[in-house]
Amino acid sequence: MTARVALVGNPNSGKTALFNALTGSRQKVANYAGVTVERKEGTIVTPGGRTLAVLDLPGTYSLRARSPDEEVTRDAVLGRLAGEDSPDVLVCVADATNLRLVLRLILELKAVGRPMVLALNMYDIAQRQGLRIDVDGLAGELGCPIVTTVATRRRGIDELLSKVDELAARSRFAPAGGWTPPDAAQVRLAHREAQRLLKTYVKPPERPDTLTGRVDAVLLHPVLGLAILFALLFTMFQAVFTWAGPAQDLIEASFTALGELARAALPAGLFRSFLIDGAISGVGSVLVFLPQILVLFLFILLLEDFGYMARAAFLMDRIMGGAGLHGRAFIPLLSSFACAIPGIMSARVIDNKRDRLTTILVAPLMTCSARIPVYALIISAFIPERAVWGMFNLQGLVMFGLYAAGILSALAVSLVIRKVFWRGAVDPFLMELPAYKIPDPANVARNLLQRVMIFVTRAGRIIFPLMIAVWLLCTFPGPPPGAAGPAIDYSFAGMLGHALQPLLAPIGFNWQMTVALIPGFAAREVAVAALGTVYAVADPGADGATLASLLSRQWSFAAGLAFLAWYIFAPQCASTIAVVRRETNSWRWPIVMLAYMTALAYLAAFIVYQTAHALGG
Amino acid sequence: MNDPSASTSAEADFGAVAVLPLGEMRVGQAGVIVEVTAQAPGGDQNLSAEELHQRLLEFGFVEGAHVAVLHEGAIRRDPIAVKLDDMRVGVRRRDARGVTVLLDKPRP
Ligand SMILES: Nc1nc2c(ncn2[C@@H]2O[C@H](COP(=O)(O)OP(=O)(O)OP(=O)(O)O)[C@@H](O)[C@H]2O)c(=O)[nH]1
Ligand SMILES: [Mg+2]
Repeated sequence: MTARVALVGNPNSGKTALFNALTGSRQKVANYAGVTVERKEGTIVTPGGRTLAVLDLPGTYSLRARSPDEEVTRDAVLGRLAGEDSPDVLVCVADATNLRLVLRLILELKAVGRPMVLALNMYDIAQRQGLRIDVDGLAGELGCPIVTTVATRRRGIDELLSKVDELAARSRFAPAGGWTPPDAAQVRLAHREAQRLLKTYVKPPERPDTLTGRVDAVLLHPVLGLAILFALLFTMFQAVFTWAGPAQDLIEASFTALGELARAALPAGLFRSFLIDGAISGVGSVLVFLPQILVLFLFILLLEDFGYMARAAFLMDRIMGGAGLHGRAFIPLLSSFACAIPGIMSARVIDNKRDRLTTILVAPLMTCSARIPVYALIISAFIPERAVWGMFNLQGLVMFGLYAAGILSALAVSLVIRKVFWRGAVDPFLMELPAYKIPDPANVARNLLQRVMIFVTRAGRIIFPLMIAVWLLCTFPGPPPGAAGPAIDYSFAGMLGHALQPLLAPIGFNWQMTVALIPGFAAREVAVAALGTVYAVADPGADGATLASLLSRQWSFAAGLAFLAWYIFAPQCASTIAVVRRETNSWRWPIVMLAYMTALAYLAAFIVYQTAHALGG
Repeated sequence: MNDPSASTSAEADFGAVAVLPLGEMRVGQAGVIVEVTAQAPGGDQNLSAEELHQRLLEFGFVEGAHVAVLHEGAIRRDPIAVKLDDMRVGVRRRDARGVTVLLDKPRP
């Protein structure tokens, strides 16, 4: 006995939270509209013994879809996907404190002709506000059962399941419906009906939410609001350096100790070199940056859960619009600070095709967390750690500058795209500003833990095997007997690096940097690990020194800066390219992206290197 | 949930009260939507007027809804944050021109 159940509703009503509560999944939940952009499936067995295949869908205001994410919802609900019927039961998830629009959606959903149950979610907030809803009366009039739920506290789940169970048993007998896109007159009529239902069955809250209004008076203030936004970003990058320090020292010390242990326990030879120079120093050099990445995510998660994202998009709208970006591009671009891949995928909320493509093309310019190891390594090697104006950490300032460079170049590139290639065409911008919520510490902790898992898995699955390859290439073939110079010069890596280096000489890269760029294509942070291995193999004696202090002796200041400039633009991330290919459904755009980003990277590194060199760096 | 006192005061002074497009309202002004039209979207927008009209309606900008402008952006006072019945919505001024609002009488 299985039944297919779909969760539908307005954006930000708690569908995904409910999906997680039902199926035990860990899909992303956050306090802004447009978090979910794909369909996700999970299963659960009801107390009645029925297996439910539950479908989480992107939120929508109407089945008349207008962007790719809403099309997913429409097609799933209407059973238009190839090889799929429409779901046996619809669960309409409503924010109990904001019923007007969802009541209209329900009237539209009824035309689909599937049995439906209404989940009045966020019922805790409704109760706190003293909002009184005549559940039985409303259920009678709507002709569908209603359950009250608190998805984040897993309340009301059992009742919801038993209602779904009942409906699923009868679903075969439900009369088929015929949904047609409503026209303006029908939408107006439905609104009037929704208004009547509200008046009849819902008593306005006794203690309405005043927090949101008071906080908005500050955060959306035209001057103060923007100042706070920039201060927040600034603090975030300062914190990435200052807060993460102690934890980083700890990780660094453990890996050094591990290396020492291996050195003491094993006889000198190839295997010891492999373990210490390849595995331990390679993987360790990347894992060291985990605390910094977590600090960044902590900020982003707190802002997302609080409900700040939509406000930031509001404040930035005019600036982004000036650069030709769609108002909804802000959230995809902001997610790209974590990783360009979810950022590119969340561009699905943008209805206009060209706007969406522009957003996709510039998203990888936002500094993703995989660049943090590269930036942090070079900064700690070349930028002294001292206070500026008594309060700012110079390293943090440079980091902020690099992020700013990424953002500004994204704006510049989109401006060029819009002015040169696709003129005109600006889409309307309507965005709900959700009520603020105090972030749930458990949710934040869960998400942080998930980031740790992702990062560590990446280290194991991608970085570790690559480090083995890099170590092999750095070690074999060994030097011919009696050869002069370091052994690594005779290895494959050495030969490859020396062969390609002339290409990168104008931007100041030495052969070790050149070699590091290649495995960096799989994942940017591998470049750091590869540098670790290249230098460890070349000079096993220098083991006590950190990679940063090694680099500061081996590279010129100008070369260090050029390396940073390269990584602002470097397109080197195979998975991003693959996602662009999937999202745009052609090879054309990933190739365009690769070409323009490589050109910019080379140009920027060239200008930086030559300038710094001329100034005596 | 409509603020009943506000809408009745607007109706009472029908003759004396101004009517403005939402796109031209300033912070602090409030009123009731009296008309939503399929106004040609400004300049070079590629979206048909009818489509914008429909989206505004689906978002809850319908006749009878109560709106109040809460905040405006720093550059050219754009976009605006409005309270639309119980919701808060960010909208660009140019997109809100087809929404006509009967202003409430300013509070003394
Ligand atoms: N207090 C409270 N908060 C809730 C409840 N359900 C969800 N939330 C919060 O509401 C916000 C939105 O939840 P999501 O599950 O992401 O909403 P969604 O409907 O999936 O949103 P989209 O994917 O954007 O359509 C998050 O901040 C949740 O933590 C609830 O029952 N009570
Ligand atoms: Mg969701």
